[in-house]
Amino acid sequence: MITLDHIYILMGALFVAVAALSLRDRANKKRFGNAIFWSLFAASFLFGSHLSDFANGVLVLALVIVGGFNFIGRTAPPTTSPEQRRERAQRYGNGLFYIALIIPLVALIGTLFLKGSGLVDPKQVTLISLGIGVVVALVVGYIWMKPPALAPLEEARRLADTIGWAALLPQLLASLGAVFAAGGVGKEVGIIATQYLPLGTPFAAVATYCIGMALFTIIMGNAFAAFPVMTAAIGLPLVVGQFHGDVTVMAALGMLAGYCGTLVTPMAANFNIVPAALLEIPDYAVIRAQIPTAIPLLIVNIVLMYALAF
Amino acid sequence: MIALLGIAVVIVGFLIRINPLLVIAAAVLATGWAAGFDLVHTLALFGHAFNENRYVSIVFLVLPVIGLLEREGLQERARILIGRLRGATVGRLLLVYMLFRQAMSAIGLASAVGGHAQVVRPLLAPMAEAAAEKDGPLSEEKRNTIRAFAASVDNVGAFFGEDIFLAMSSVLLIKGFLEQNHIIVQPLSISLWSIPTAIAAALIHGTRLWLLDRKLKRQSLNPPSPPSGGEGRVRGR
Repeated sequence: MITLDHIYILMGALFVAVAALSLRDRANKKRFGNAIFWSLFAASFLFGSHLSDFANGVLVLALVIVGGFNFIGRTAPPTTSPEQRRERAQRYGNGLFYIALIIPLVALIGTLFLKGSGLVDPKQVTLISLGIGVVVALVVGYIWMKPPALAPLEEARRLADTIGWAALLPQLLASLGAVFAAGGVGKEVGIIATQYLPLGTPFAAVATYCIGMALFTIIMGNAFAAFPVMTAAIGLPLVVGQFHGDVTVMAALGMLAGYCGTLVTPMAANFNIVPAALLEIPDYAVIRAQIPTAIPLLIVNIVLMYALAF
Repeated sequence: MIALLGIAVVIVGFLIRINPLLVIAAAVLATGWAAGFDLVHTLALFGHAFNENRYVSIVFLVLPVIGLLEREGLQERARILIGRLRGATVGRLLLVYMLFRQAMSAIGLASAVGGHAQVVRPLLAPMAEAAAEKDGPLSEEKRNTIRAFAASVDNVGAFFGEDIFLAMSSVLLIKGFLEQNHIIVQPLSISLWSIPTAIAAALIHGTRLWLLDRKLKRQSLNPPSPPSGGEGRVRGR
């Protein structure tokens, strides 16, 4: 049976290759930094399950030091020129799209049909199917386009170095959330919210709950972390308990109020910061594009909860 | 109150723009210290969580495929295709993608179809740029805005579509949390109550896309400043 561990081995192998190619790149003055950074990243995928929690902690700290203190450099791995690309775009035509579509297509088919097959871990079927899709697309790409053997890996290095240290952010922020939870941060925020905020009327309770969900999501970077805290502190005792609002409406719209926070926070790095790095635009450009949507949507959400729950 | 030290570190760190990796590590150490954990325990908590969350990074597995296709002209092909489509504007293109993404997410395919590395960088952003370039070359500022909007429609579509799917992890989280509090709700009713906000999200962001089109149109009629190329620029950190 294919499990997530197999996909992790694939990830590890990819970044071992990226690290090795980094080491070879004499044009990059910081090539040792790049090589160490991507090796450590690879090590986490290859050996993370076998290391102790403390050893994993040391590994993360090492990654943070190499990435955070600017020991990795920007690189320009060999690739094709704009003229070559235009010429090839004509030659390959829409076949390029079909290869790009193999990944989501395999992910889709896998998600729909592999779940009960016993071939893959049913709990992780989408992620595993994504990994299979990547392998299929690579094989088709190699056969059809006959690139130099190392080209896809050099291209992966080009993109990985474009993202740079930001590649680590999503996983790191998720871990910070876990440490916050263990340190009792959520409980403390809940206590403060109930002690200092205006909650005297149904509308005030609804507004405070929704805005609290958004704000706490901004801090944690994840509405899933904010939901249990704010719902236990305000949603259940006040919106539902004291003012008799509908519990399903409160919960469903409460989560969506949190998503309005996700749209505006750098802490949700995989949605807001990594895309900016991938698109080579300023770090906060995606957030700036989303703020004018998030604020009216939060207001609409508050009004909807008030109208539907009572 | 001292439990919130980690949050203070995060806010201050992001405000004075220290490298986020360092800010996060400092926040972890501060939170552990405030909670009275020793350093080894704090690091173990951090390491354990990092290891458990490796699946978050699996999306980077697509890089060799996307890179290879870019090398062979994928972005250029996307531009050619949009260039031929009459009536394709930035706003219309992004709106269609957002609604498609919302629909796919609503049937539980948020992580299968779409995504920034898989779709936005190699396909959607170049298509949106090509649609805008029909009215003349783009300034760097305009190009950045168009790319940022391309990323935003992927997010808005996914966030405000996925809760309509009743087996979505967020729906199950809501159900599980309420169950712990002795309240039984049906996933289907959570899904249904997510629909009004989903419609509102499509309307609000759709309106902004329409306004974006108008703004781009106006600017291309009266160009405010001479355009400059946006390729191959070094990104400021």
